[in-house]
Amino acid sequence: MVNRHIVGAHYGLKDWLAQRVTAIYMALFTLVFAVRLSCLPELDALAWQGLFASPFTRFFGFIFALSLFYHAWVGVRDIWMDYVKPPGVRLALHLITLLLLIGYAGWAVHILWRP
Amino acid sequence: MSKRTVRFKIYRYDPDKDAAPYMQDISVELDATDKKLLDALVRLKAKDDSLSFRRSCREGVCGSDAININNKNGLACLTDIDSLKQPVVLRPLPGLPVIRDLIVDMTQFFKQYHSIKPYLINDDPPPERERLQSPEEREELNGLYECILCACCSTACPSFWWNPDKFVGPSGLLNAYRFIADTRDQATSERLDNLEDPYRLFRCHTIMSCVDVCPKSLNPTRAIGKIKDLMVRRAI
Repeated sequence: MVNRHIVGAHYGLKDWLAQRVTAIYMALFTLVFAVRLSCLPELDALAWQGLFASPFTRFFGFIFALSLFYHAWVGVRDIWMDYVKPPGVRLALHLITLLLLIGYAGWAVHILWRP
Repeated sequence: MSKRTVRFKIYRYDPDKDAAPYMQDISVELDATDKKLLDALVRLKAKDDSLSFRRSCREGVCGSDAININNKNGLACLTDIDSLKQPVVLRPLPGLPVIRDLIVDMTQFFKQYHSIKPYLINDDPPPERERLQSPEEREELNGLYECILCACCSTACPSFWWNPDKFVGPSGLLNAYRFIADTRDQATSERLDNLEDPYRLFRCHTIMSCVDVCPKSLNPTRAIGKIKDLMVRRAI
């Protein structure tokens, strides 16, 4: 096959926007979480468990995890796109990254909602 | 200022003679009237006429004498020779193939420039006189139309180094926004379509090296931000 110059995938805006939105959410969550931590009378395992017993912490914590994984997906994919030239290797790296992050999301559910 | 000697370290490469590029140590005596780096380069050329570099207007309008000066891209004709730390290290613009000494092959750069259709697209029959704009509409083109295509910005951009064939680069994107922002242009939507691509536009990671080096003090990062802004407004 002749090595044709091809661009024009017509996507990218959604990921770019999501990267920014998830960054803002993570910054806000971290701030609120840090304030809640500093308000605890004592910082031990019991207090930590108490914090995560609240369904709100779990819900917003899960959104935090999803934000982190989406943010990481765009960032890591950008690294592969910048530096890895052979399309086959790049596709493989994309898939590995994606599968790992989906796995992490499942793991996050398990950690947050285990009895 | 009186006569003074300036020391240089210059990237030399003649593919017909040299097996590999090398750095040449050379110094030159300047006259009191020699103010700019280009004046010194012209004196160096008189001393060693094998030294090759591009130059034309010698006043920052043609953009042909863009080189890497002490590790920062700039125009030789606009750079005060006395402001430079010695030895002055001169290299060709990074990231583009070297033709000889300080001359680079700009084909890739201009390919990207042409890919954004750098001309007004308007299918209406031309009016008897000019196509009018309000002062506010004209104001939006300031900081865009002044680009002289010297390639200082694009060759200072790591995203352009890694993907010069796919990423339009700061200069191309600044010029793309120049036509997107032009109220006389009718192809805004096609222009945005043309740029909506993970490589063409979204390789820009806003590190702003382009803004740092632009000899005309333009801001490609801001123009790129405005393109993204329009895309968001179009999509949501």
